[in-house]
Parts: sequence; C-alpha cells; structure tokens
Amino acid sequence: MTERATLGASHFVGSALRTVTFVIAEAVRSADPTRIVLVFSLIVLSGCSRPSHVTVGSKVFTESVLLGEIATQLGTASNVSVIYRRQLGGTRILWDALLKAEIDVYPEYTGTLTNEIFAGKGLQGETAIRQALAERGIEMTHSLGFNDTYALGMREETARKLNIKTISDLRSHPDLRLGFSSEFLDRGDGYPSLRDAYRLNLPHVTGLDHDLAYRALVSGSIDVTDLYSTDAEIAENHLRVLQDDLHHFPDYQAIFLYRSDLRHRAPQMIAALARLEGRINESAMIAMNADAKIHKVPEARIASDFLSRKLGVSAISDFQGFWSRLASRTWEHLQLVSVSLLAAILIAIPLGIIAAAYPRMGQIILGGVAAIYTIPSLALLVFMIPILGIGWEPAVVALFLYSLLPIARNTYTGLHGIPSPVRESAAALGLPRLAQLVLVELPLASPAILAGIQTSAVLNVGTATLGALIGAGGYGQPILTGIRLDSHPMILEGAIPAAVLALVVQGGFELAGRVAVPKGLRMRSRENTN
Amino acid sequence: MIELRGISKTYDSAFALKGLDLRFESRRTTVLIGPSGCGKSTLLRLLAGLIHPDRGDIQFDGERLTPENLIPLRRRMGYVIQEGGLFAHLTARGNIILMARFLRWPPDRIRSRLEELSRLTRLPLPMLDRYPVELSGGQRQRVSLMRGLMLDPQVLLLDEPLGALDPMVRHDLQTDLKQIFGELKKTVVLVTHDIAEAGFLGDQIVLLREGKIVQCGALIDLVDHPAEEFVVKFINAQRGSLEILGRNANG
Repeated sequence: MTERATLGASHFVGSALRTVTFVIAEAVRSADPTRIVLVFSLIVLSGCSRPSHVTVGSKVFTESVLLGEIATQLGTASNVSVIYRRQLGGTRILWDALLKAEIDVYPEYTGTLTNEIFAGKGLQGETAIRQALAERGIEMTHSLGFNDTYALGMREETARKLNIKTISDLRSHPDLRLGFSSEFLDRGDGYPSLRDAYRLNLPHVTGLDHDLAYRALVSGSIDVTDLYSTDAEIAENHLRVLQDDLHHFPDYQAIFLYRSDLRHRAPQMIAALARLEGRINESAMIAMNADAKIHKVPEARIASDFLSRKLGVSAISDFQGFWSRLASRTWEHLQLVSVSLLAAILIAIPLGIIAAAYPRMGQIILGGVAAIYTIPSLALLVFMIPILGIGWEPAVVALFLYSLLPIARNTYTGLHGIPSPVRESAAALGLPRLAQLVLVELPLASPAILAGIQTSAVLNVGTATLGALIGAGGYGQPILTGIRLDSHPMILEGAIPAAVLALVVQGGFELAGRVAVPKGLRMRSRENTN
Repeated sequence: MIELRGISKTYDSAFALKGLDLRFESRRTTVLIGPSGCGKSTLLRLLAGLIHPDRGDIQFDGERLTPENLIPLRRRMGYVIQEGGLFAHLTARGNIILMARFLRWPPDRIRSRLEELSRLTRLPLPMLDRYPVELSGGQRQRVSLMRGLMLDPQVLLLDEPLGALDPMVRHDLQTDLKQIFGELKKTVVLVTHDIAEAGFLGDQIVLLREGKIVQCGALIDLVDHPAEEFVVKFINAQRGSLEILGRNANG
C-alpha cells in the first residue's frame, strides 16, 4: 500500500517536474507572456525602496494644509529631510498615524485635544494636556498665535431677516436647514454637545464636506453650517458668525504635535517648529486662507512668502513645474495600479483555476471575491487604516482586493467554457493534469483571462484616484486639492491624466492581446465578428 | 488484447452498462454499435480512462487499468472523437506533436514520424502549418487521427470519428480508414451508429442495447443468425444504406 503510494507520488513529482521544464522551455521559445510579467516586476521592484525622513501630515482642510506646508518648508530650510503628506484625513486618522509613527508632526488645536482626542478625561489647562500627550510619546509646541474655534454661520441676509444673532436664537426657527461637516456632526465637541448645551431641537440636519458646505450655504441649499473662525469665506461670502452666547466652544489654539523621538532623530525639526510659536496671528491666518481659497495662490508659495516675510527664511521650496508634477504623479499612479494588478494576477488566476476545478469551492471563492467587490471603495480604504495605516500600502491592498473579481471570474469562465471533448482529448493523450492545464486549458482560456486583467487594470486607474484620500498620492492628489479649493483647473489636472491613462491602459492591453493570445484563437474571434 | 470483466457503470442512478464482459482481439477492428443511449460511447470512454467503472475491471495485455497507471497506458492508446477535439491555439502540427515534444522526442524522429503519418492519412505536410479553424471537417479528422497515431500506439479508440462529416467526405475517409487499419494492424475500437460503416470497417461487430451486449460477430453473422428480434429490427432500419454499400462493393 505504502509502496504504491510512494510510487504514485514519485511519478507525480516526476511528471510535474517534466511539465514545469517543458513549460519554461516553451515560454523562452515564444517569450511573449513572460516578457509582460518581467516588465511588471521591474515596475514593482523600482517602487519598493523608502528611506527614513521626518514626515509632516495635515488634515483635509486648507488651514491645516498651509500649516503643514509652513512646517515642511521651515524644516527643509533647517537642513531636515522632510516629507509632506498633505490632506490625509480627519483628526482620528492623523492622531492614529502620529501614534503609529507613520507621521512625525501635524498641526492640531488645543480644543480638539481636550474635547475630542482626550474627550471625557476632563483635561484642564496646558500642563494637563502636555502630561496626557507625554504618556503617549507625543509633545506639542506653544500656541502659534491664533485661536481657530468652531462657530456657526448663516448668510447675513437670512440672519437679518429672521433676526438671528446668537446660537440660542436658532431654537425658535425649527424649519432652518442645517448642514454640518461630517467631522463636526460626529465629534464629542461638535454638534452632539452643542445641541445638548443649547437644547436645540432642529429636525433638518445633514452632513457634508466642509468645503462644499460654503457653496451649499451661498447657493441657499442650507441655512446654517459650522465654520472655523479663521475661514477666509466668512468675509468673502458676507456670512454672519452667530455668537456663542453660552460659551460652549472651548479655545482652539493652533499648535504642532510631534513625536518625542524627534528629540534624538531630528532636534533641528523641533527647533524649527518652536520658531513658529506666537508668529501667526488670527488676521495673518485668515489672509493666508484667503490667498489659498479665494485667490488660488499655490499653498507652497503662500508658505514660502510667509516664512520670508515673518522669519526672514528663504525657504527652498521646490515649486514643481506642471510637467514634473505630472510626471511624479503619473509615476505614483502607475505604481499603485501596476503593483496591485500584478499581485491580483498572481493570486486571482490560481483562484479561478481552483474554482473551475472544484465546483463547490468555486462557489465559495467566486462569492467571496464578489463580496469584496461590493464594499464601497471609500469604506474599504478606511477599513485598511487600522490594519495598514495610511499611505501607499493600504491603497495597494485595497486596489488588489478590487482587482480579484474580474480576473478570477474570467479565469473561471474561460476554463469552464472549454468544450469537454477538447478537455478529454488532452487527458486521453496521456498528459499529466498539470500539463493539461498549462499546455492546453490556460492557453485556450487566455483571451478571457486577458480580458479580465484588462478590466481590472482600467478600473484600477480610476479607483486609484481615491488613494489620495489616505495619502497614497497619484492623480487623486490634485483632484482632492481641487475639491478643497473649489478649483476646476486643479481637478482637471488630476481627472484628465487619469482618463488618458485609462485609455492608454485599455489600448496597451489590446496590443498585448495581439501578442499574448495564440494566433489560432484570434482567428476564431475574427470569424465570429464577421 | 483488451479484456473487460463484469463492467458496470451508472449515471444518475440509471444504468449505462450492466455487468459487461467483452474481449477486443489484438490487431483486429471491433465496432461498437447500437441505438443512442445503448452505452457504446460510455464503453469507449471507460477504455480511455476518462470515466471509471463502478464495478469490474479492464485489462490491457493483462495489465489492469488503474488511476496509477492511467497515464502510461493512455500513451499506448490513440483517441479520436467526433469533430476532432483539436486544440484551437495550436497549429495542426502543434496538435499532432504536442505529446511527442512533451516526451522530448528528438526533432529528427518527430519529423520522420510526421512524414509517415502525412503519407498514411493523405494530408499534405504544408497543410499542417494551418490552425484548426483554417481546416475543413475532413482535414480536421485526418489531423486528429495523426495526433492519435503519433506515438504509434497499440490501440486506437475512435468515437464516431466520421459522425459530423458530409456524405462525400465521409465516404472518402471510410475508405482511407479501412486502408489505414489494414496497413497498421492495430487493435482498433470504433463507435458508430451506422451499420454500413460498421460492416465496412469492422472485423467484429458488437451490438449493444440498454447497456448490454445483444450480439457479437461479423456483420454476416448478425444478418444470417440474429440472436434476437432486436438485431433484425436494428439492421432492417438501415437496410437502405446497406444495399448501397452492397452495390458499391459489387460494382
């Protein structure tokens, strides 16, 4: 019994080896698909080296992006190697990233620390805050010089008509439509506690992006929104800031949080941040916000102007020209798409093969990858953050997961569609199972498999633009900035290259099809189309 | 010699074959015939090891067909089916020599074997550079036959090889097949539903009905000494084509 099993096993190993060497020899002879794989691998390898730097992060709104830019430029001018990962997300994402050392520095507000990050701990005063931060290996600068508190605002005209001056006055107007930024709706110091403090009972409350809220307010689709007191739009759009008559909102002094380990890693960075303490007053911040949002001055230029004016620092900020900016984003985008796609090809084709060979397991596999596919991309990206943090890795993993379905599904369909007489002819020749698969079934299924890869690649080019939301860069970066600054040219700077890249990828696969799909199969498809 | 002992096979609880005993003599052509669903194709597929019997065993020259020795035994058999079952991604040549290349035959040996087969099946060598879609039905069947014969197997299994061809092409191929079988002296098992084809090609005819053997013998035995009423009915149903065959043979 054992002897026979051993014989069977050694026979299997022998035939498997023979198949593998035969397949390699064939591939070298004809070369086409291998070459494609090689090109992909080169792209992957070249994207994998990442040296260590001080990383500055910022939240998704303009003021945070500007402060991050200022810190970055001042750090660079102080001979620190600084990487800036702008507009990464909301408070939770930035705070978690700081704790996990994915970023080293980001601008924050004292009110957010006491009421949101350390909510419920009842921290009073700067010493208590510093103590709580120190326990987590975090330190903070002194105030940068301005208080950017939360406020509620309305159109001046509506407020005058309804005679609303304070937040308490809202109580008598239950038909007002309130539109709040998602973060304000959820956070401890935001709407929930405001509603309780003022005993507001207003039925029409919706959530929307902070930058879109202004447009909604001006266009009249909402009546009340949350503001930051240094927002440039307040004056620009003739808005009335409602008086916080019950003194609900705490102080939101702007500060920088940084990791304590910078003390030995990059003490110059801490010194640079200290130079900003007390140097930015409220009107200076409003002016900078207005330059960015209303006058569309590039943030890097606003920051360098500020540094040279206030600190006499000539910051070496590299204002990238359009083409070099486009080139670096294209490179980032290609890395996202190609690495995730290559990984998906390596995993999904075997999954499709297993699904075709074992019907019951096939149901589970195809059901599983289809279920992943139905998760909204934004949600999937956010799910990735606790596991993989922010940046390149979670974006690649999310794109990889999305790519599985089209490839696995098409591999399965392609193999399943091979007529059984053809399959049986291959078996009857006396080819071992693996050789039947590699020499006959996969080549016959190759048009379907390639079409699946093509679908995944084109979808990935589009989906990868969302990667910018979690700091992965790419074409999504200008789109995100464009939405924040309400700048259509900026949005197009990301959207057009993304569309062009999708077309190029589509065309590239059409060409690859001519090389990788065996000639005998292409003829058949020509016959069918005629 | 191939020997089948007590072979049973069921599909979805319906019997396809019921306790079959059968012997295929070496170097002779045996034709399996019978109405649709009689089990003739099932029998051929069992011989090729594409399906396995529920009971009983199959022996090739005294060697039992088992999952372990299936692959070496298959390399001693050629298998040709209706429509050819050619691999569309390979040229005719690629189809024919796939197995020989997998077994690392030297190129000289492959070339000389191709020349032999080209002569035997009367398919010119330049034709072999074409892909299956570029070939006619008859040409595809000749390629399929070449593929089945490439390794010079002892046994040739053919499942309705001419079933999908138009009558003229079919007639030509029948004549060629008879000559090839006569020349090669292989153990041939051929499935057909056409009694004229069976009589023309077969040394021995096995008439099957509902998974059982009704009668074994030469066509003349079946005509002159039918084992039961069904044999007469089955032959009479196709008498027209038999008479044409008779005329051709006489004329």
